[in-house]
Amino acid sequence: MKKSLLITASLATALLPFSGCNPPGQKSAGNTQAAGAGSPAARTYVAPGDKDEYYLFYSGGHSGQVYVAGIPSMRHISTIPVFAPYPATGYGFDEETKKMLGDYSWGDVHHPGLSKKDGLYDGRFLFVNDNANNRLARISLTDFKTHQILGPIPNSSGNHGSSFVTENTEYVLVASRFSVPLPKGRYADPKDYEKEFNGMVSGIKVDPQSGEMSVGWQILTPPFDWDLGSTGKGPSDGWAFWTSYNTEMAHETLEATSTQGERDYAAVVNWRAAEVAVKEGKITLLDGVPVIDPAKVPGVLYFLPIPKSPHGIDTDPSGRWIAAGGKLQPVASVFDFNKILAAIEKKDFESEFRGVPVIRYESVLEGSVPVGLGPLHTQFDGRGNAYTSLYIESVVTKWKLPPWTAEEKADLNKVVLDKIDVHYNIGHLVVGGSDTKKPYGDYLVAMNKLSKGRHLSVGPSQPESSQLIDVTGEKMSMLYEAFTEPEPHFAQIIKAETVNAIEVYPRIDNKHPHAVWEAKDTGVVRDGNKVEVKMMAIRSRFIPDRIDVQEGDELTIHITNVEQTTDMIHGIGIVEQNMNVVIDPGETKTLKIKMTKTGVFPFYCTNFCSALHQEMQGYLTVKPAPQTASK
Amino acid sequence: MHDFLRREILFLRRPLNLTSRVLLLLAAGALAAAIFLPLWKIHLVAPQYREGLALHIFSHKLVGGNGGQDLHEINTLNHYIGMRTLSQADFAEMTWMPFALGGFCLLALRAAVIGRMATILDLGVLFLYFTAFSLGNFYYRLYTYGHSLDPRAPMTIEPFTPVMLGSQKIANFVQTSLPQSGGYMLGVFIALVVAAMWCSRKELP
Repeated sequence: MKKSLLITASLATALLPFSGCNPPGQKSAGNTQAAGAGSPAARTYVAPGDKDEYYLFYSGGHSGQVYVAGIPSMRHISTIPVFAPYPATGYGFDEETKKMLGDYSWGDVHHPGLSKKDGLYDGRFLFVNDNANNRLARISLTDFKTHQILGPIPNSSGNHGSSFVTENTEYVLVASRFSVPLPKGRYADPKDYEKEFNGMVSGIKVDPQSGEMSVGWQILTPPFDWDLGSTGKGPSDGWAFWTSYNTEMAHETLEATSTQGERDYAAVVNWRAAEVAVKEGKITLLDGVPVIDPAKVPGVLYFLPIPKSPHGIDTDPSGRWIAAGGKLQPVASVFDFNKILAAIEKKDFESEFRGVPVIRYESVLEGSVPVGLGPLHTQFDGRGNAYTSLYIESVVTKWKLPPWTAEEKADLNKVVLDKIDVHYNIGHLVVGGSDTKKPYGDYLVAMNKLSKGRHLSVGPSQPESSQLIDVTGEKMSMLYEAFTEPEPHFAQIIKAETVNAIEVYPRIDNKHPHAVWEAKDTGVVRDGNKVEVKMMAIRSRFIPDRIDVQEGDELTIHITNVEQTTDMIHGIGIVEQNMNVVIDPGETKTLKIKMTKTGVFPFYCTNFCSALHQEMQGYLTVKPAPQTASK
Repeated sequence: MHDFLRREILFLRRPLNLTSRVLLLLAAGALAAAIFLPLWKIHLVAPQYREGLALHIFSHKLVGGNGGQDLHEINTLNHYIGMRTLSQADFAEMTWMPFALGGFCLLALRAAVIGRMATILDLGVLFLYFTAFSLGNFYYRLYTYGHSLDPRAPMTIEPFTPVMLGSQKIANFVQTSLPQSGGYMLGVFIALVVAAMWCSRKELP
């Protein structure tokens, strides 16, 4: 350690003459408009050693991971592996994470959802969905690690419509995008789509103490292709909403066949009623899950027609206004939840579909705001403003939520307050805390699908662009642009002080049965062809640093990083054994290798730890099996 | 010479007035507190340990900062230069020091009760001896740790003595060593004992 410091110091001195003549960023620093006090540069500058004000949790899309960045700097800080192995942290190599990943080596993370208490972020968990393999994962914000992967969820396919967290984290709600014949595993011809296929809304129960998720109940739906959703709050607490884009129930060339109808049905779900129905036993078991048939249990599910092939449906912080993006129609439809309740009360239904009442559109619509082309998602600043992303126009539109004056109502162009260009083709956008009762309301991050030449060229495989926009003023102002690997869909923003992360695992909390903290407790035990090693890692050695096994043995290593110092991370990479486990301070991990190759395999510390990191190595020797040797 | 001895005997026979006795009671209290308060603190600061590593020395225990973790960390770092592991078990002082301090506490109370100048002198002399021995012992400990470095250690550095009072640089660390509340209490004790003598210096036998 001391040695490395001296080396660093002398290197720094050697580099000084080079860094002195031309300060980095001088070109932009010379531009006073861009760099003066109060300029975007000043407002996004977080000096070395200073910390950002907010965490930004991006979904990593089909990378299967979650990216953590800071606001306002937009610096990428770390990657949390969730649905795919990640050698950088050894994720998916040790037994515990291997078991969590199961048979899958990728996932498609779309919509992160923070845990809440009384409708506000409590900083405990981040839930993320896997659109591909129908799973849901829980990341603890205590250690920024994935602690549970639930699924594949039975009877649910295409886990796109999640992770929507209820007001007190009672549930994470999920709706299926891709309907399939149920229960899963049953064959039916897609030609019989309408008859044989079904969608599902699932209530994933969250244990209030541990956060452990389990499938609570499900509501059977027609095969509509459920899309985005949101949970209610305040007056709409206990309710949840999803759009759908295939009320036509088409099963081929959806691009054309599913876009014929003027309106698609949104689901209006009373999840508290679903809970009661399950308690009262009004269910059938399907693949082990209590499933509610909404035709038989009235009051659980309603349909609401929304124009046209809508995408996002977002509840405002008051819980009264619900904005849906029309996607193929240049308006955001605003619904009044009070009117929805009244319509349900009065049975003001325009029709019924498969036993589910369809709420009369005209009775509950507050207005259609002409936001622009291709509206997708809406976020809120808590000051009565809404921000809708326009995919086709590459714009964010700021508009005023109801209540509107008679004059505004007569011409809703008047409630459109501002537009800002984004680059390019925005998908989701996020305002910190938009899905809570009290949004932070200062920053908006636009997540754009195409970055097209906005960055140094990196070849045909292009990153995505995210743009930080200040929404505190009357007009939105562009602050900064950052690039991420594919592919953030939605993101969540939380104030840094709401999160209390540990930096080492306290030794006393380590409950691993094979943890060792002193050299005298380490060792190798053989039982038949099973070899079990209790190993410790400390600056700068592995104890033991020699392991002798035979071909055909099953080697298990329980390795404890006995350090209790921040950032004193060790890794164990075993040469030509496809193994790399990284152990954080105070952590114990278990790895298993079937010894199929003979020879001597060096192992070494993969995560730079100390001045003598390079020396932190050992040998795994594998003798030929006795019968082979005798030949 | 004769005159001096006479004056000395006279002085030792002087009774203690109320002020002196109260001061002695306070001195006993200060010493009792020193048994439980940290006597000394060694603090190590380096660029990658900006908040520093702390070692708190009590009369009866050695405690690392950061919930004890800093002691582990100091030992882990010290192994690179071959310094012996710091462990409370190696400090025999820590078994008898609290009792010695307790003994001085009793002596101070005794002096307050007997109320003779001679008893204060006993107390003062013994305590000065004790203090000198303890500081000397502390220095010897520091010297020994810094000078018995394992020659097989990964890094070879010049043997050194960690500073006892003040700051010095050791490799990339700035080591600071200062008395703490308990240490100050020992000073307060001495001051009060001297004050007790002073206040009764003119009392008639």
